[in-house]
Amino acid sequence: MSWFSKFGGRTAEPLNMEPPEMDALDPAVKQALKDFKSSVHAWSEAKYGRERTVEQAVARRSWRLAAGWGFAVVLLVGTLSGGMYAFHERQIEAQAAAALEAEHQRELAAQREIDEAKQVDDALASVDSDVSREVPSAMEPLVQLTKESATKSK
Amino acid sequence: MAAWTTLDTMTMARAEENPAREFSDVVATHRPQIFRFLLASTRDVDLAETLTQDCFLKAHRNWASFRGESSAMTWLMRIAINLQKDHWRNRRMQFWRQTRSNAVDLDEASEWLPSGESSQEQALLARERVGQVWQAVDGLSERQRTVFLLRYVEELELSEIARSTGLSEGTVKAHLSRALARVRTELGGRR
Repeated sequence: MSWFSKFGGRTAEPLNMEPPEMDALDPAVKQALKDFKSSVHAWSEAKYGRERTVEQAVARRSWRLAAGWGFAVVLLVGTLSGGMYAFHERQIEAQAAAALEAEHQRELAAQREIDEAKQVDDALASVDSDVSREVPSAMEPLVQLTKESATKSK
Repeated sequence: MAAWTTLDTMTMARAEENPAREFSDVVATHRPQIFRFLLASTRDVDLAETLTQDCFLKAHRNWASFRGESSAMTWLMRIAINLQKDHWRNRRMQFWRQTRSNAVDLDEASEWLPSGESSQEQALLARERVGQVWQAVDGLSERQRTVFLLRYVEELELSEIARSTGLSEGTVKAHLSRALARVRTELGGRR
């Protein structure tokens, strides 16, 4: 393949011709497009072939890497401490619940004791009253004798 | 063709002797334009340089298969456009890898003024106009922006833009028309 066939058509730099539709444009738009083109060309010329800021790129990459690791560490520490905090909170809650339950059991036991003591007292009281009803009075035989002797004397 | 210079003829003679030399001439000739297009597309000097390097690396690998159906410029531009697309696609997919873009903002891009503005006032007006066009370009879709830059910054023919982008000439015209309408709106709205 010849050089001509490969490179036919166009030079590298654009020909300094405006696109034909530019003529139909509003002068302000036309001017703006011209300025824009010149501005981009000026910018490109200024930046083209400059020394590449490898240090900056490396520094930026290092900074990004450090930030990434830092973020990962913060995330890990946050997750772990959050987990530990949650675990600790749950332990405290469990202890409080256990203490509450123990207190409740203690109260129930005390109540049960009181109830049992009351039952015993009630039972003794009822036995006392029954006994007091059944046992005759100490003076009963004497009263009986007095009554019998009175009827005999009549 | 008037544009063909003595230098090109000399280069041609050399090129037929040595394909490697031929390719290095292509690099020397077209690199600034590819860089300029990528710089305008990305507004990121580092990225434009990297993509330009990649473009010529890819071109070098495929240089033997280049049949010359289109001009070398169109072929290179097509590679550059595809690389740019790949870059944005990868960046969207790997958003966690690079959280920060190095692209300069529109004001900074507008600071590059066309030379020859005679007065301070003219320079200020030119800067404002350039800023407005950047604003409009920023609001264009990726395809519209590519077509717009190829036409009004690189001044490629419609047929060349169509070959570079893989679009039909009709589609290129439609994209250009929409892009121009946007520029017109931007310039009209700020006046």
